[in-house]
Amino acid sequence: MVQPRPAQTGTNGSVSPSAKPPVNDRPAVPPGSDRQPEILTEILGRADIARTIDRIAHQILERNGDRPVILLGIPTRGVYLATRLADRLAAFAGRPTAVGALDITLYRDDLRLHPPRALEETAIPAGGVDDAIVVLVDDVLYSGRTIRAALDALRDHGRPAVVQLAVLVDRGHRQLPIRADYVGKNIPTAFGDDVAVHLTEIDDIDSVELARAVPSTAQLKGKS
Amino acid sequence: MTTAIHPATAAGPVTHGPTPIRMPRHLLSAADLNRSTAEHVLSTAERIEQAIAGREVRKLPTLRGRTVVNLFFEDSTRTRISFELAAKRLSADVITFSAKGSSVSKGESLKDTAWTLQAMGADAVVCRHSSSGAPHQLSAWVDGHVINAGDGTHEHPTQALLDAYTLRRHLGSLDGRRIVVVGDVLHSRVARSNVLLLSTLGAEVTLVAPPTLLPVGVDAWPVTVSYDLDAALAGADAVMMLRVQRERMSGAFFPTAREYSRSYGLDERRRALIAPHGIVLHPGPMNRGMEITPQVADGAGSVIVEQVANGVTVRMAVLYLLLSGEMSGGLA
Repeated sequence: MVQPRPAQTGTNGSVSPSAKPPVNDRPAVPPGSDRQPEILTEILGRADIARTIDRIAHQILERNGDRPVILLGIPTRGVYLATRLADRLAAFAGRPTAVGALDITLYRDDLRLHPPRALEETAIPAGGVDDAIVVLVDDVLYSGRTIRAALDALRDHGRPAVVQLAVLVDRGHRQLPIRADYVGKNIPTAFGDDVAVHLTEIDDIDSVELARAVPSTAQLKGKS
Repeated sequence: MTTAIHPATAAGPVTHGPTPIRMPRHLLSAADLNRSTAEHVLSTAERIEQAIAGREVRKLPTLRGRTVVNLFFEDSTRTRISFELAAKRLSADVITFSAKGSSVSKGESLKDTAWTLQAMGADAVVCRHSSSGAPHQLSAWVDGHVINAGDGTHEHPTQALLDAYTLRRHLGSLDGRRIVVVGDVLHSRVARSNVLLLSTLGAEVTLVAPPTLLPVGVDAWPVTVSYDLDAALAGADAVMMLRVQRERMSGAFFPTAREYSRSYGLDERRRALIAPHGIVLHPGPMNRGMEITPQVADGAGSVIVEQVANGVTVRMAVLYLLLSGEMSGGLA
């Protein structure tokens, strides 16, 4: 899952990390066998996710009424969520809903800090986004930097009348003044935690899991 | 809710997305790219094209604040403009330096020029030079990433990438595709880079040229060599015509232009020999009437203009991939 990870050094939401020295924002455990064990908790199951998407679809209709909306998913999992939402919206409102994909990689503010990323699909529905109600869809809202990048990308595609944000999970720890209009589930998390969203389209299963790092024995001894 | 304790495995949280592809530090030769890296560059170019298709603002903020220096010691129109546009579309600052009207005409050496660039802090240097190996030399003297934009009769890797990109758009995968490269192979850096890249991507390349215009050691290249253009063209998926480089020819390589054109030029009759889905490429600038007739150059199946447009996209991909991730600890 591609997910922005905030610097543990505690920034005050500065948007220009390219000027800063590289920060190791990963847990200090090398990937591989000797990683710390962690507690995995399933937060949402298959039925929960389906219900959540139904609810968000109703909320989008409630908020925007008969005015058509364009759903733009942020790759990878945001696109699948947007497609599911569009499907539900079409079922509830009885008319098709435009759905597309918006890759934000080229708009990220941390491109210098990570090896080049593979770009994902961008597909703006025919007719463009000018004067439309655009709902951005993503799986996890965390630092807010992905959404900032999405807003920048969207601006280069046109001038929507309104931009709203729908996320399956809001895990807090925002680094930018950004909030979601539609939230599937609020999950309070700590910095070492990770929220993993799995969707059947690519993961063969529908679930949202919270992975919480178990303090190592050394840390526990140090505390006692 | 189910709770379980178990060690983090591959199914555990992924902290950094897909495995990054290792780009070389400099792009000096098409041989710097293995198959997965080359395909990564081409698919990145596809995504970039997708991202800016149909937009009013055809600019991306990706390389904001970075400096790209175009260092052109040899004349060029499309490559220089293409690199300049690519860097500008990614919001980099671009300085174009051509040897004419610079201190080079006062006798400054390549090394002194390199030190000047170094002092100015160029993040990338795009170098075109009439001497083979000049970009390679340069890469030892500057900290920035060096991109070879054509060096003597050696290589022109971004041209090969844009040709491969154009071929892939029309033919899909290049695996087993038969591509005929015709003309002045001896003086052609485009041919060298294309042979390397296209064979890396799985294509079968046939070179057709008069024996005088084939380089020494061509039998060691991963290609088939033929002197019979009609036979080589039969059923080919693409034909790439090379420019006859008069400016690099010191001797008599063929009797007359007319004879060359009769034996190795592409006219409508020969155009009809390639597969129905086949396409015609030319890296430009063309000698119309010499290696290619105007009817073929402007006719059906000719993708020569499209090659120029694709050049910008592919060079954007190269700049993005070379210049991002610089601070990630040597993976860039």
